[in-house]
Amino acid sequence: MTVALQAGDVAVELGGRRVLDGIGLDVRRGELVALIGPNGAGKTTLLRTMLGLQRPAAGRVLVDGCLVRPGRAAIGYVPQRHEFAWDFPISVANAVATGLTGRLGLFRRPDVAAWEAVADALDRVQLTGLAHRPVGQLSGGQRQRVLVARALASRPSALLLDEPCAGLDMPTQELLGLLFADLAREGRAVLMTTHDLLGAIDRADRLVLLNRTIIAAGPPGELVGDPAPWAVTFGAGPDSALARMLKAAA
Amino acid sequence: MSLTDFFTDLFNPDLAFLPKALAVAVMSSIVCGVVGTYVVLRGMAFIGDAVAHAVFPGLAVAFVVSGNLVLGGTIAGVLTAVLVAVFSQNRRLKEDSIIGIFFAAAFALGIVIISRAPGHAGSLQQFLFGSITGIPDSDLYVVGGTALFVLLAVFSLHKEFVTISLDRESARALGLRVFWLDLALYVLVTLAVVISVQTIGNILVLALLVTPAAAARLLTDRLGIMMILAPLIGALSAFLGLYISWSWDFPAGGTIVLVLTVVFLAAWAFSPHQGVLARWPARRASRSVGAADPLSSELVS
Repeated sequence: MTVALQAGDVAVELGGRRVLDGIGLDVRRGELVALIGPNGAGKTTLLRTMLGLQRPAAGRVLVDGCLVRPGRAAIGYVPQRHEFAWDFPISVANAVATGLTGRLGLFRRPDVAAWEAVADALDRVQLTGLAHRPVGQLSGGQRQRVLVARALASRPSALLLDEPCAGLDMPTQELLGLLFADLAREGRAVLMTTHDLLGAIDRADRLVLLNRTIIAAGPPGELVGDPAPWAVTFGAGPDSALARMLKAAA
Repeated sequence: MSLTDFFTDLFNPDLAFLPKALAVAVMSSIVCGVVGTYVVLRGMAFIGDAVAHAVFPGLAVAFVVSGNLVLGGTIAGVLTAVLVAVFSQNRRLKEDSIIGIFFAAAFALGIVIISRAPGHAGSLQQFLFGSITGIPDSDLYVVGGTALFVLLAVFSLHKEFVTISLDRESARALGLRVFWLDLALYVLVTLAVVISVQTIGNILVLALLVTPAAAARLLTDRLGIMMILAPLIGALSAFLGLYISWSWDFPAGGTIVLVLTVVFLAAWAFSPHQGVLARWPARRASRSVGAADPLSSELVS
């Protein structure tokens, strides 16, 4: 499988403090990778760096072999749901079309091809029937799918998702997990941050445990059997709920 | 005064200032309605107020040196917008604090400058509360040209403005220059304010930016319709306000704003889906269901 996203020995400093160090991470096309770590571990910062929004203090990020630059690379980005102005009076289709704004360039309106891309993206996340509904009238799961469709509209080779399942009920998390796995199987590189450990263990091809640096990475089957890196990542003891959950999952 | 008498006065050559005032009021209402849609949807009312006050020193300088008011106001407004944008990069202070500092400073500077002009009390009142009698022919063309430019700019940058309004981080990831687009929007707000100041006044111009767009938001869930309704509400209110002000000898600016407020209150009460009256039966029903079964109230909401 081709490597779509590559972080090579990346370090990031925020306000003079090093928040990420020695990050080496490859995400291949067709692979769903879950980035797991406690709050403040640097998950979102790593996603921002992969997007080219945060300049690394050291190392480099490559997308399809080229240095990352916002708007230039074939990356679809799905932010946390609360980042989006859901009270904005806009339909689902028009919200998804904004995913093409950078590609269309200044002063150009979406053409037939752009609307076809929007229709394909809506179809992919099964929201075609809600295309004309105002985004403010959608449920949490539907909103998440709108954000995924917006990211898919530009037909990217890689998808970055920031806590896509946060605040959703179990059935919706299950449905979205299946969708993300399918999006990876179709040939995209999918990297998502998550606090949903069970969902990640169940769906992801690879887990990456992060706390300022990568503590461990590997297939869920391998990582779940070894509580040591989890303990380092989360600072959790052998009697913690996390340790019990890992034991049960193994 | 009947509406017919008002129309007669509009075509009376001895009252040439009246159609000019109406044209400027309607044009500025249309522009403010369109630009105000973004102001309301992005929660930028405070920066709209700041820009409205910030244009004052520019107007004052232009007045003192007998220069072009629109140009003077625009330079001062844009300068303040740039200062706010630059100083806001310092994360220790929130943007609203920076805005508060600069708009008060700009307004104070305007008062100091205008105090040096002979007969400044009258000029000050004219700037603060607007006047329909002092609009020269040249300003009519400047306002018309500026209005056309603002509308063209808004429609050209519409998809960019929508994208950054929805989610700034994703907009950056798409390669949009969010800082420059913000600045472009501030400049357009400034231009809309400057062309409106003459009829409605510096203090009340915020109402022209915010009230029609807020009323339109209550009436629709569609951005396109909101951008048509807001200028329509603004223009009709400007016409009605000027008519009432002319009939009863009220100040034009204040009357236009009061008409706008009435329209807003009507939208708040009678909006088909979000109006208080439309939601009242549903609330009553949910209360009675909730009283019967504590769990069902959550299902209804």
